[in-house]
Amino acid sequence: MTPAISPVVGPVIGNVSRRGFLGRMFSAGALVIAAPFVPKLKAAETWQPGVYLGIEPDGTVKIVAHRSEMGTGCRTGLPMIVADELEADWARVQVVQALGDAKYGSQDTDGSCSVRDFYDKLRLAGATARTMLENAAASKWGVPADECRGQNHFVVHTKTNRSAPYGELAALASTAKVPEASAVRLKTPGQFRYIGKDIPIVDLKPIVTGQAAFGIDARMPGMVYAAIERPPVMGAALKTCDDAEARQVKGVDQVVMLDLAKPPYGFKPLGGAAVIANNSWTALQGRKKLKVEWDLGEHTAYDSAAYKQAMLDTARQPGRVARETGNVDTEFAKGGKTLEASYYTPMLAHAAMEPPAAVAEFKDGKVVTWTCTQNPQAVQETVARAVGIKKEDVECHVTLLGGGFGRKSKPDYVAEAALLSKQVGKPVKIVWSREDDVHFDYFHSPAALYMKAAVDDHGRPTAWLQRSVFPPIAMQGNPNEQYGGFQLSMGWTDIPYPIPNLRVENGPAKAHVRIGWLRSVSNIYHAFGVQTFTDELAAAAGRDRVEYLLETIGPPRVIDFAKEGLKGSRSDPKFPFDTARLRNVIELAAQKSGWANKKAAPGRALGIAAHRSFLTYVAAVVEVEVNAGEIRIPRVDIAVDAGRVINPDRVRSQFEGAAVFGTSVALMSEITAAGGRIQQSNFDRYPVARMNQAPFATHVHIVTNDAAPAGVGEPGVPPIAPAICNAIFAATGKRVRELPVKGQLG
Amino acid sequence: MIQLTINGKPARFDGDPDMPLLWYLRDHLSLTGTKFGCGLGLCGACTVHINGEAARSCQTPMRVAAGKRITTIEGLSAAGDHPLQKAWEACNVPQCGYCQTGQIMQAAAMLKSKPHPTDHDIDATMQGNICRCGTYQRIREAIKMAAGVEA
Repeated sequence: MTPAISPVVGPVIGNVSRRGFLGRMFSAGALVIAAPFVPKLKAAETWQPGVYLGIEPDGTVKIVAHRSEMGTGCRTGLPMIVADELEADWARVQVVQALGDAKYGSQDTDGSCSVRDFYDKLRLAGATARTMLENAAASKWGVPADECRGQNHFVVHTKTNRSAPYGELAALASTAKVPEASAVRLKTPGQFRYIGKDIPIVDLKPIVTGQAAFGIDARMPGMVYAAIERPPVMGAALKTCDDAEARQVKGVDQVVMLDLAKPPYGFKPLGGAAVIANNSWTALQGRKKLKVEWDLGEHTAYDSAAYKQAMLDTARQPGRVARETGNVDTEFAKGGKTLEASYYTPMLAHAAMEPPAAVAEFKDGKVVTWTCTQNPQAVQETVARAVGIKKEDVECHVTLLGGGFGRKSKPDYVAEAALLSKQVGKPVKIVWSREDDVHFDYFHSPAALYMKAAVDDHGRPTAWLQRSVFPPIAMQGNPNEQYGGFQLSMGWTDIPYPIPNLRVENGPAKAHVRIGWLRSVSNIYHAFGVQTFTDELAAAAGRDRVEYLLETIGPPRVIDFAKEGLKGSRSDPKFPFDTARLRNVIELAAQKSGWANKKAAPGRALGIAAHRSFLTYVAAVVEVEVNAGEIRIPRVDIAVDAGRVINPDRVRSQFEGAAVFGTSVALMSEITAAGGRIQQSNFDRYPVARMNQAPFATHVHIVTNDAAPAGVGEPGVPPIAPAICNAIFAATGKRVRELPVKGQLG
Repeated sequence: MIQLTINGKPARFDGDPDMPLLWYLRDHLSLTGTKFGCGLGLCGACTVHINGEAARSCQTPMRVAAGKRITTIEGLSAAGDHPLQKAWEACNVPQCGYCQTGQIMQAAAMLKSKPHPTDHDIDATMQGNICRCGTYQRIREAIKMAAGVEA
């Protein structure tokens, strides 16, 4: 007879000490190259000692992924860079996930910058290790070092063809002085072994067999489960909590009160009443039995419909000038033809498939946690502040993330687990319900936009005014902040049109919920405004949209924003805004989509939009079919210039995914509030694109070039919604100025 | 005492019979390949096979699971070599990977009744499984590859 499965705690991941982690990672005698030893990477510079790589005596190369894997492929792509310069055999590379630790530099996996910020550093780290192995072989053989070459896990003496495996050389190499960067030979692109090649992600097999460990899967011995009743309106105060019935639920251990967060909210846990139980389900059942009364406070006046109208009104009033050249008012006053339009995009929730989850143990004044986080160092800081210890005493293990999209940069949920563990004296596991995830998100802000242009006899803009209004992310630090700040640089003040009279403005909006960043952030609404309005001007002029867009961008130039009215702007020599590259992706997307030969027909048409964000140039052509109000997207062509690409298959997958994400934004997703409470709870009223609603075939066309690598995770999203809506206009004559489209086409 | 079969092995449960199978699998048996996504049967992340049919484990109370044969992703194949798992790898389907076990279980049940699915069949069956990363076109490609249907 087969043995019964007994209901006991299964494989445990957790509670591994820092020492144990390193001990397990590198055996004695391993050559450990840490960034502190890598020249030019001193602590004084912007990133702290970075990424480890180690070579075991048996030749196994261990590379630390210090950024979080949430689906972008960086846990594979970053080690590929190290392995390439090291000339390691990929089959003998093991990827080890880093703990949260400031010594790695920024581990905050957002802003599409993992490759961008670490490409040069990781190459140097890999090349330095290879050089040390080459030097070790030279010394062992008594030959000049420049006759020795690292090659696929061996050092080869080029004159005699003798070779020694890396593992054998590691001990000798580890005794040598680390060479200066100037003595390290980096590869030429033609010598790349992995960079630019399709490599499957390292977690592929564990994922398809159900063995991959996400935050929700983490366990600690003796852990209990928690479910928290949080303030339903931002800033609500607890009046009464009757937990008698909750305590009666079989399996409920206790009910614990958590202090309520006070503004500024930052990453603080929200607080509330927590039910502690022997499994997830029981905790949820107990929570339902809580009788909690709240004093809802000032934000109970928040109603998203009224708020929307107020933002649209604000956008019609003069705001703060963020960029100005020429004089739009003079041009508008000339009495020529002008066009104007208002746009609105709604609040959005991240709704990653894995909700926020963490397990944490507070013990002896220290915290160990396993969690799905985009930002393990913020976990250290947030947890430390919450439980009153030093951040160095918070050991944060990073699991795989079941999606992040920016939500999991904010570790409020990890602090909840740590605080509860401190109170109950056991490890505590917390898994947010979907309802929690939707209600207590850091929302993508709603936005209102106002656009106005004066045009010449050919319909070309001679003056352009654009104004955006949205509650800013800066509310996290200052709840009264109402202006966009850094968010204005996301597709707004960097509008690439060389219009002689141009003014970019921003109006105020106060936040009534927690606002955060969501995949591509303000670029979503800014691209929607600019790219839809451009299409409106083209339509008014009776022009081909692609030709008009190219003409509006103008002849190729590297934009000097300071000269074009953006005060204090400094060009980034590594990432100049080169409109030749923007033009190129537009032409490529048009060509690949068959733009010239697919003229719009009733109910079926193409639309185009282009946008540069996270330093990457993207153009999307979307084909839509509209039939009795139903929208189908048979095909999307996205052209991408992200500079040097590490793993093209993962870049394609990011842009395929962005087309789907953008489809959700364009067609269906919207968060609303009434009485300060979020009105959606789950995927029924907060729909996201399903297979039958997503683009049927997305073709990603990657421009290959040697420019510095730029962002990939986010920049695919912004052009999708305007491209879809421009296509809808071409197909139906209906101009969409508010998202989502759902319900607007009859 | 509820008795059932999990991946070919007998199992017992004497807790709340209203508890969904999902939490029994995850919290009691540590079979964490089955994922929580919504708790309302809206997203498909928790899909398992009950007596061979795809079912949402978050909507299946233990009293309903009693006496049934349950297959989870951990029991789909002996060595992770179900044709769909192989196709999923060949097409590099996953991004974050979280929903993929539910997607594979849903697709596996479909192929038993429809070994040569059309695009329409795939849409109709798979639209209950949300992938927020947006891997749908590769899921479709992998299903067709596993089924030997022209892509």
